[in-house]
Amino acid sequence: MLAERPITPSTLSRKDLPWQIKWDINTCTKCGRCTSVCPVNAIELGVFRKRDIKAPMGLSAKPTTEFSTFYGIRQRTDPAYACIGCAMCNMVCPNNAIEPQRQDDSTTLQFQNNRGGQSRTRGGRRNNSESLLDQIKFIRISMLTDPALDAGRHEFEIRTLLGRVLSPENEIKCFHENGWKPPVREIYPLVIGGMSFGALSPNMWEGLQMGVAYLNEEMNMPVRMCTGEGGCPPRLLRSRFIKYVILQIASGYFGWDEIIHAIPEMKEDPCAIEIKYGQGAKPGDGGLLMWHKVNNLIAAIRGVPKGVSLPSPPTHQTKYSIEEAVAKMIQSMSMAWGFRVPVYPKISASSTSLAVLNNLVRNPYAAGLAIDGEDGGTGAAYNVSMNHMGHPIASNLRDCYKALCVAGAQNEIPLIAGGGIGKHGNLAANAAALIMLGASMVQIGKYVMQAGAGCLGSEKDRCNVCNIGVCPKGITSQDPRIYRRLDPEKVAERVVDFYLSFDTELRKVFAPLGRSTSLPIGMSDALGISDKDVADRLDIKYVI
Amino acid sequence: MCRLFALTSREPVSPMLAIDALNVMKEGHDGSGVGLFLSGLGGPFEELKGHPILSGIFTDAGLKRVYEYMAERGHRAQYSAMFKPETVPPVGTPKRGTYASLAYKMSDEWRALPKAEQDRALVQMRLDLRAEGEESGEIMVFSLWPDTIMIKEVGDPMAIGEYLKLDREELHARHILAQGRQNTNYAINLYACHPFFIEGISTMTNGENTAFIPIKEYLQSRGVTGYQGYQSDSEVFTHIAHFATKKLGLDISSYKHVITPMNDEEMAGHPDREFLSNLKKSCRKLIIDGPNCVIGCLPDGSMFMAQDRKKLRPGVVGGDPKKGIFAFSSEICGLNAAIPDRDKTQDFQPMHLDTAIVGPDCREVLKCSQKDPLRLQR
Repeated sequence: MLAERPITPSTLSRKDLPWQIKWDINTCTKCGRCTSVCPVNAIELGVFRKRDIKAPMGLSAKPTTEFSTFYGIRQRTDPAYACIGCAMCNMVCPNNAIEPQRQDDSTTLQFQNNRGGQSRTRGGRRNNSESLLDQIKFIRISMLTDPALDAGRHEFEIRTLLGRVLSPENEIKCFHENGWKPPVREIYPLVIGGMSFGALSPNMWEGLQMGVAYLNEEMNMPVRMCTGEGGCPPRLLRSRFIKYVILQIASGYFGWDEIIHAIPEMKEDPCAIEIKYGQGAKPGDGGLLMWHKVNNLIAAIRGVPKGVSLPSPPTHQTKYSIEEAVAKMIQSMSMAWGFRVPVYPKISASSTSLAVLNNLVRNPYAAGLAIDGEDGGTGAAYNVSMNHMGHPIASNLRDCYKALCVAGAQNEIPLIAGGGIGKHGNLAANAAALIMLGASMVQIGKYVMQAGAGCLGSEKDRCNVCNIGVCPKGITSQDPRIYRRLDPEKVAERVVDFYLSFDTELRKVFAPLGRSTSLPIGMSDALGISDKDVADRLDIKYVI
Repeated sequence: MCRLFALTSREPVSPMLAIDALNVMKEGHDGSGVGLFLSGLGGPFEELKGHPILSGIFTDAGLKRVYEYMAERGHRAQYSAMFKPETVPPVGTPKRGTYASLAYKMSDEWRALPKAEQDRALVQMRLDLRAEGEESGEIMVFSLWPDTIMIKEVGDPMAIGEYLKLDREELHARHILAQGRQNTNYAINLYACHPFFIEGISTMTNGENTAFIPIKEYLQSRGVTGYQGYQSDSEVFTHIAHFATKKLGLDISSYKHVITPMNDEEMAGHPDREFLSNLKKSCRKLIIDGPNCVIGCLPDGSMFMAQDRKKLRPGVVGGDPKKGIFAFSSEICGLNAAIPDRDKTQDFQPMHLDTAIVGPDCREVLKCSQKDPLRLQR
């Protein structure tokens, strides 16, 4: 480091960085693991020179100056290499001699994030730690007149329907006339939302698929996982496990060539087709797989050149409006599988959700509507999108459910809610609240990464480098040297673990409310909140 | 917990028989209210079988308004069973006015309408009068239907029975539903008292319906006249029975397939598995989660009993086929009190898959299991 550092407008001191490295010279063994593991090269091995002035007693002897050299860890202050607080350095340090510490008063970096005219992009989270879902309480608890059910002993039917359900009148008519009926899947109400092959590392993706297959085949839990836009490995497409998979198609059509070629050889139908219009974390924006992650494998599956960024456009000419989708996409996708597979769109929660829903209600082929709220995570997006755009899920979902109630179609079009579920670990409580607000099922993405693979990201802007392929845990990296850190078997085990505990917790919520034989969709009288405005808006009880 | 008692008989009997049974079951209710549904009427109403009977409680002004309302539409009262108690009401019962059941000869225009239109018009009339009464407080209407009388009042069943002289011959009926009320989650409101009634179908329930809000919202969205109000969380059971039988054309033995469908294992070997599984999906919003025992009466005089899936509310059916009298009771002591000399070995306590049905001929208890093949759907 220069003795005289240039002081320019973008020069930062260590103090300006939100994450600062605390390093203890006394316990450090100087093994170098921390610097080699740091995903953003925020720390480097440094050689320090120290001047020591020795002033002897008395007047005759002159002071002497001694110079010593020692080795240590230096934190870089260049904004491009700012520490992201992932704490991998601590994880590999044999003596805990090093760790990042959050400095909440250091806000200067955010003014220096945009360099060379480039806005900041990041992976991960909306940096807002509040969660409305966590404030909702379950208040309609059966006590004296009505014995609460026993969560451990009573039978529970925690299943939901994905697909267009006919009204009872039409169902009976259709049965008698032996008419065509839209396909309906009976699935577990917690779905793993779309995270593409490409966004996730092969090990993570494989781990999730194995976990899902185990839950289905060994635990009798019909859990489903959405592929995201990146397509699906050909071997999986042609296997019997495809029935546990929801295939996603989006505006980039990545991976669809592969899927279409596999159709004639598919042994099973996929669970459903999800047409993605928007993601809650970046509404109105397309997907973005940055060039760092487009290696040979990803390029082959997606049918693109290697090493180029793959932005999906926010819209595509074939599906530039929901009317187009209703008229063409849903029908043509249904047709591709002989009208045996439910097809539904996924949109960002927004002020137009109701319009989309109203449109779907009139389409006999529409199998549902997935709504993704602003708290949804995403692999790569602009900072401004993730932090400032989007609509909270609770009120949007509620509006949609109430619109269905008015139309009398609340059992006919399932609503799939996502975005911010389990943000603080309260997965079952958040999911139950959304179900009672009207969701037929909920989808999670971030939670799976956090619980299933130990993702380090947080709502305090920790880590959040999913987009550039350096994920320190190997969850979203396509570099084999990094993703080898993640054992797919262990991911599968964790996925099974948290699904089972989610199931137990869900029963623990439903049983005291007296619900067991069907999912309490729309049971809004069970919900209360201590915020009057929220209570009025969501039409739930105001309790203090 | 509310107590339920229902009687079905070939010959008209006094409603006090049911009230006595409720009194025996007094441990189970706090006497905060009683409701009665009477059909298959004997006495003077027997002659007026096709004429709709308006039953409710009216002040003098209210009664005048009812006459005016009906006269404006060309309906003329044929016979009235009026009772204005002169004695001091029992503790907790307000002094209200006249308890009336008015049989109407309906207008020529009404009679020219097709049956479905006539039915809808009767429901609309009842709702209009009820709305008017809720505004003025002068009129309370519980039913407007041929061969049907409903009486509801706050207070102890026995005291109310004596106060309202329910032993009168004009109230003798072949089919009686009676409920002794235990005040639970809601304020006392006469419209919240069981039994509930719509287009010839009446049911009563004990327990709590935890799925009330989603079911209510679903029924309200069906656009059926009469699916409204909902002062009690159990009122939806009546409307589900109405929806299943009248709107979907299902047999009452299918009612249980709607409110408590079988799980996958139970359904696996069922001969009508495909139909039932589709019915379960499309009627998913009508699945109840109890605990409830539902007792009801249909327009043809058939009576039935069904429970929630966990069977957290008991119920028993028994009677004497020779005498042609059967009773449905939430407690066996109530049954013992009403029909003591029956063959008790023939008593039937429906389990979680069963529906007990006694036809209008009162010859036997038909035991339908959800595992049985479906009966012919109407």
